[in-house]
Parts: sequence; C-alpha cells; structure tokens
Amino acid sequence: MTDVGRHPRIKLLSLSEVVDVKGYVGNFKVKIIKKARYVDETSCTACGECAKVCPVVRPDEFNMGMGSRKAIYSPFPQAVPSSYLINAKECLGHNPAVCSKCVEVCAKGCINFHMSDEEIIEEVGTIIVATGLAPYDPTEMDEYGYTRFENVLTSLEFERMVNASGPTKGSLIRPSDRNHPKSVGFIQCVGSRSAKKGSHHCSNVCCMNTVKSTFIIKEHYPDVEVKVFYIDIRAFGKGFEDLYTRSRRMGAQYIRGLPGSVEELDQKSLRVAVENSATGKLEFHELDMLVLAQGMQPAPSTQRLQEIMGLQLTSDGFYLEAHPKLQPVDAATRGIFYAGCAEGPKDIKESVTQASAAAMRAIRLMHKGEISTEPITSVIITEKCKSCGKCAEVCPYNAITVDVKNKKPAVVNSAACAGCGTCSAECRFDAIRMNHFTDAQILGQVDSMLDIAPESKILAFACNWCSYAGADYAGVSRLQYPPNVHLIRVMCSGRVDEKFIWEGFRLGAPVVLVSGCHIGDCHYIDANHWTEKRVARIHKKMEKIGLRPERLQLEWISAAEGVQFAETMKRMEKLRQSVTAEEIAETQNTLSKL
Amino acid sequence: MSKPTLAKQAAHGDQDPRIGVYVCHCGLNIAQTVDCHRVAEGAANVDGVVVSKDIVYACSEPGQQQIKQDIIDNGLDRVVIASCSPRLHEATFKKMIDSVGLNPYMLDMANLREQCSWVHMNDRENATLKAETLVNMSISRVRLLEPLIEDILPLTQKTLVIGGGIAGIQAALDLADSGYDVTLVEKSPSVGGIMAQLDKTFPTMDCSI
Repeated sequence: MTDVGRHPRIKLLSLSEVVDVKGYVGNFKVKIIKKARYVDETSCTACGECAKVCPVVRPDEFNMGMGSRKAIYSPFPQAVPSSYLINAKECLGHNPAVCSKCVEVCAKGCINFHMSDEEIIEEVGTIIVATGLAPYDPTEMDEYGYTRFENVLTSLEFERMVNASGPTKGSLIRPSDRNHPKSVGFIQCVGSRSAKKGSHHCSNVCCMNTVKSTFIIKEHYPDVEVKVFYIDIRAFGKGFEDLYTRSRRMGAQYIRGLPGSVEELDQKSLRVAVENSATGKLEFHELDMLVLAQGMQPAPSTQRLQEIMGLQLTSDGFYLEAHPKLQPVDAATRGIFYAGCAEGPKDIKESVTQASAAAMRAIRLMHKGEISTEPITSVIITEKCKSCGKCAEVCPYNAITVDVKNKKPAVVNSAACAGCGTCSAECRFDAIRMNHFTDAQILGQVDSMLDIAPESKILAFACNWCSYAGADYAGVSRLQYPPNVHLIRVMCSGRVDEKFIWEGFRLGAPVVLVSGCHIGDCHYIDANHWTEKRVARIHKKMEKIGLRPERLQLEWISAAEGVQFAETMKRMEKLRQSVTAEEIAETQNTLSKL
Repeated sequence: MSKPTLAKQAAHGDQDPRIGVYVCHCGLNIAQTVDCHRVAEGAANVDGVVVSKDIVYACSEPGQQQIKQDIIDNGLDRVVIASCSPRLHEATFKKMIDSVGLNPYMLDMANLREQCSWVHMNDRENATLKAETLVNMSISRVRLLEPLIEDILPLTQKTLVIGGGIAGIQAALDLADSGYDVTLVEKSPSVGGIMAQLDKTFPTMDCSI
C-alpha cells in the first residue's frame, strides 16, 4: 500500500471519482472529480492533534461502526495517503463561534475550510477497471435476525473484531455483554447461491474465509465451541483443503444444512434451527454468537461506470469479459481491462494474478507507442452527396462534418470514426460507403440466404458486440433453437439499412429480425437509438402498404443473454409459421409494384 | 490522417475472384452434427470457388499450413473459413492469410460451431442444410470484399486504474515498475479496499496489510 503512495510514476487521486470517459483505445480523455479533503495532503503529518480536539464523534466505517472516529480523522492507521480529512457533512463548521478547534491546534496549518472539489482531466492510453465488490447486506434475510439480534454479526464485523488493531484490540467478545462467547456459529452462503435473496452466484471466498475464522478462534480460544452451517465447503484452491482439514482437526464442527430460523434466548444467546441433511434430522443449536458469511455483490459504482465507458455486464451485475477463457481480463472495448472482483467474485491471490495480467495486457498494447486502427470506417462518395447533413446528425462520434449552407459534401474524420455504419444506413442518397460492410456485401448475403426455399428461413441481423455475441453464448451453452435462423453480422444494429429489410421481404422472407445491444449499452454510444427509430419508420410503412408489421421484429439481446437469444429464435419460428405462402406472395407482389 | 486505401488487390487486378473455402470439423464439435464433407463439396460448385475442402482443425498449425499452401499454389485472392465464431478466431485467420501476402480483410468466416452445430445438435440434416446456406452467404460476401489498410495512430503511454483495492494496487505497481505512468483513482479517502479490513488471510494465515 505504501509503495503506491510514494511511487514516482503513480499519481494517486483519493476521494476521487471518474465521471466521464471519451475517446478510444490509446487516446482516452477522462474527467475525474477529486472531492475536497479540507486537509492539505502534502503537508499533513498525521500527528492526530486535530482529532483529539474535535468534538464530533461518529461511528467508524472502517471498523464497521463498532468503533468511533471524529469528524476530522484518518480512515485507519496505515491509510495511504496518510493525511487526515474532514467529513464536511459532520463538521460543525469553520465559523469560530461554532468550532474550528482543529484549525487552532494544527501547528502546520494544514486545515483549509475553503478547499473545493477539483475537476481533473487525464489523457491515457489504457484503462484498468478494478472497482471491486460490495459485501452483501444481510438485513433483508430476516430469518437470521441480523440487526434484530445484537450477537449476530457479519463476517466483516467479525474480521474487524479479531483484528489486533480493531475496536476490541483483537479480543473476541459478544456485543451484548462484552463477555467472551463460549460457542460461535457460522452460517454460510448468506446472499450467495440463493434464488430468493442475494444472488445466484457462489461468492468464491466465503467458505475459506470461514475456515480461516474457525482457525483464528481455535488458536486463541481452544475451548470455544465452533459450528459451521454450510451447503458445500468449496476448498478447491492450492492449500485450501489442507486448511479445511486442519480446522476440523482442531475441533470445528461442520454441519451440513442452512438454518431455517434463528431466535434470541435469554442472555441474548441464539437458538438455531437447522435440518442436518447428513442425518435428515431437525436439530437445534444454542450459540452465544453467530457470524453470517456474507457474499459478494458488484460494487455500487459498477453500473455507472459501465454506462460511462460502454462496457457490458453479466446477469449477476459484474463486468463481462471479452471471452470467458481466452480473454479473461479484456473488456470488449479495446484498451479497457478488468482486475479483481469487478469482473466476478475472487480471492486475493486470484485478484493479484488478474491484476498483473491486466497490467501486462495494457503494456502489450502500449509498448510500441502507436496503435493500428481498424479500417472499418465510412467513406463519403462525394459525387452522390447532397450535403443534407443527416450523416453528421446521426454520427455518435461527431466524426462527420457537413457544410450544409454552402452545399459542400460531407467529410469523415476516419480517426474518430468507430465504424458503426449508422451514417451509411441513414443516407438516403447511397452516398456513404461503409468499409467491409458495404451495401453490396450485405445484400449479397441476403440474396444468397434467400436463394432457396426463402419461406422456410428466418433472416436475422445481429450486432457484433451484443446480439451476435449472445448467439455465440447460446452456442457455448448448447441451447437448442430452430435451425432455420441465419444471422448476418454487422458491427452495429445502426448499420441495418432499410433496403436490407425490404430486400429480404422482396425475396420472400417470411420474417426479419433486427437485434442489437440494449438501449444504453450500445457499443457505439447511442447508435442503436437510430435503429429503433428506423424500425419504427419501417413498421409504419409496412402498415401503409398492407404488410403485417410484426413480421419485422426488433430485439435487444446482450452478449450475456444466450438464453434470451435462444428464446427469441423460438418465438421467431412461431411467428414464421404464422406467415402463409399466400401472404408472402402478396408481399412480393406489393413490393414489386412500388 | 490518411484514409484507408481502397485500391484493388494488386496481384489480381480486375480478374475474377479466386476463392478458397475451408469447412472445419473442429474435431467432432462441428463434424458430429454437420456433414462437413457435403458442405465443402457443395461449395466447390459455386462460381469463383477454386478450392473447397473440409479440414479437421483449420486453426491448427497443419491446418493453417495447408490453407497457406493452397493460397500460394492456386493463386487464391480471398478465403472463406467455415468454422467457429469470428469472435474467437478471426484474428488468427487474418494473420494467416496476411503471412502469405493476402490482405487480411479478404476473409470471411461462416460460424458453423457456435451458431450451427452446437445449437442444432439433434438435427443433422437441417444443421447441414443451414451450414450450406451459411457458407454460400459467406462466399457471396467474400466475393465482394476489398482490401483495406490499417491506420497507425499515436498513443498515450499512460494508464488509468479505477479502484485502489488489492487488484488496483497490484496493477498500478506492475505498470509503474515497468516504466509506465499511472493515475490511480480511489473513491474513498485511502487505498487498501476490503483487503485492508481483513485480519489474517487464507490459506497461509498471514496479515493482510
């Protein structure tokens, strides 16, 4: 930790949050808000005189509220930066009539009530997302009585209590009477592996964390009875099974079954009712103290950052990697990497391993000092351009400029163009060519697909990042769906031109699907808004000329939604079956007259 | 910034396309559901297809060697690989054709594994029919592909690390020790994250700070 604070190449911004990310791989522009600390970080020596005189006493977050701190404080003794800070919401204020005692005692004059939040712009080539986790709050699991019963703790509270620098100086006591407990129970999978409360996933570390805790108790208090209630003990890592065996040998009892209820007895002890699945009997255990092994959830900032950077999340809310096995630390967006629990629950060793891997992936990208970009960009065919300005309006990257007044043709800045193809799809004059996804190339695929027995086929367009990846995920999960679905890959659903859809219907396609990332998750900022508008426009036209609008479907399917993809395809097949040969013939007839 | 060149492939100018089609078995991943041989034979009759073969593992070293040799021997100017998802191996095959002088963009992949054999496992006939259609679609696409040239852009040799827990700290130190500048952003007043709150850590029972 201290190495980070003093490394000449590391600029540490604490109390800071990323609020905006612009740009692309190699050239990101990041806006950061650094909140006011009200204590000069560079000159504070952490002498602590200020906290001594501060009259405001508040629960200490670092010790899970089991200790106290002042309104001016250092989060914990080894904090980096070691400087104190003031919580402005708690401080009585700098009006001398009210307080400002800290200012008076600070010999170096570090305290400045006029400090304000700072906006910092950083230009970087790569980004590593290591936003961590949030421990599950078990208050909603009323059956375990957390917050109702004083002697029910979470694993993090237990952790602070047995820590030598914690609120009890490492002494294990019951919060209700401050006596040493004679028996301690642990309940596993609190907020993990549950369909009802918390999350479906296994939080990976709680089994071993509890094994470790039993060890600590048995080492310090050999006579304390320790019982662990569990579904499975997952001791899969190196050295894990050995520790588990040693814990049992030291006398910790492992009881297979999660308690159904906990009630408080006289003296604030706890009675746990559990069906022991090894014996099949209902058992009651009286314990002085209970520890809930809380699971891991995504950090609260996960979703906000996901939106800012256009990343993807898995169904449990952690970040989705580019490939679960072969690119486990890469985001789908080039130049962004994941480390630690941001990507999924993991222990310290795995977090460190992944962090080193992410650092190495970033170095691999940066070491040359230059970067090659995909030539999948749009090109203006100037002789066809009517300078209407539509392309500039739809471009999410402001990569196109058009001089509408002077009727000068559009110009594409190919460095800024990300290649979604929305401009090409929206241009009514066919004046924009989308490299590698040209009209001719895509229409060629449509024609070829519907060459034989078009009435039996489903034509589907899928964006590369979400829907096509979702289809791949359905494959990896071996989810079966009708074999008449044929996907055409485009970089973004924004590329799906009206004429591709009309061509499909003209050639006898019974149904057409356009699929892309969910609104808000578009890989090209908001290009899929234009997809939505376009499909609505086509639906209106279909209605006007007597085509059933439902024959064109729009679905948002993310990279993690393999199940949804398969389900959508089954639905498309049902829809296809509702389209008769006569209806198709009529459609073809109608379209040929237009 | 120079725009990507759209010049026609120098070697073959305005001649008709010379397409190679490779239908990968992926061991049994594709072959147990799709009749790869039939798919390759069907593709051989399509206009412009000079070589069409089924191949056990297209991505393997011998597989790639064979395709590269075919490109040289038959003067192929574009290739269809019908195998797994392009999201997995497009980069592999782009490199492969690049190494024998083809523009890496003169390639299309038909997704016969993730989007065919794995999702229609109990319907060999229809899966094979779909595979044939997917390959035909790829052939019509590859026929119209044009070479593209990648742009080189400058890059900032600096990393932003978001989060100062153990993972963020480790990543920042590894980068900084390797000579790269790092900005480490932490929301709370101190780095350390959850790990700093722990007492001992498993499996070796050492201190966390």
